[in-house]
Amino acid sequence: MTTVEFLVPVLISGLLICCAMCLYRISNGPTAADRMVAIDILGTVVVGFVAIITVVTGKAYLLDIALVWALVSFVGTLALAKYLVGKRLNE
Amino acid sequence: MNEKIGLILIAIGVLFDLLGCVGLVRLPDVYNRIQASTKCVVLGTTLSLLGTMVWFGTTAVFVKGLLCIVFLLITSSTAAHALSRAAHRSGVPLAEGSVVDRYAEDLEASNNDEETTS
Repeated sequence: MTTVEFLVPVLISGLLICCAMCLYRISNGPTAADRMVAIDILGTVVVGFVAIITVVTGKAYLLDIALVWALVSFVGTLALAKYLVGKRLNE
Repeated sequence: MNEKIGLILIAIGVLFDLLGCVGLVRLPDVYNRIQASTKCVVLGTTLSLLGTMVWFGTTAVFVKGLLCIVFLLITSSTAAHALSRAAHRSGVPLAEGSVVDRYAEDLEASNNDEETTS
């Protein structure tokens, strides 16, 4: 068993633990803002996840998914922040 | 050799991700959680993407990864700023033992200014 074969499952399980912590904070964050922060962080963690999957599969086009995911997560977080203040989305 | 350096970078990135998420779970307050987890997770994801770029070593992956890193660095900080401002304006209280709240002081000062000028 080479180092790569040993290390890749360890890295993937580390990121899965990250996702589990974010899901814990989403499920019982005391306020709505905590849940939004956890959703934002989960989006960023998923971008790193896609990077590791790109390395595992060796297909470079998967990085496009990471790019699109980062942008969509940003727009979603901004919309949620506007909603939290109580403004309409076109103000 | 490229593969080893890339894997080391990705491993450091995953470690930072883990530390940031521990901060997200353990810290007492939404503002503390924002400042701990955003910085750590953005650095970790940036290092993971850098490791992917080093692993492949081709121009297409380099450009895509660099674009992704730049977008991530701009958008995450903006999103965290907007979220903390929204949380403060919607009245989420600070944790027990917080000593200073500059944004509330600033809002109070600007309100006083408006009252005196009008």
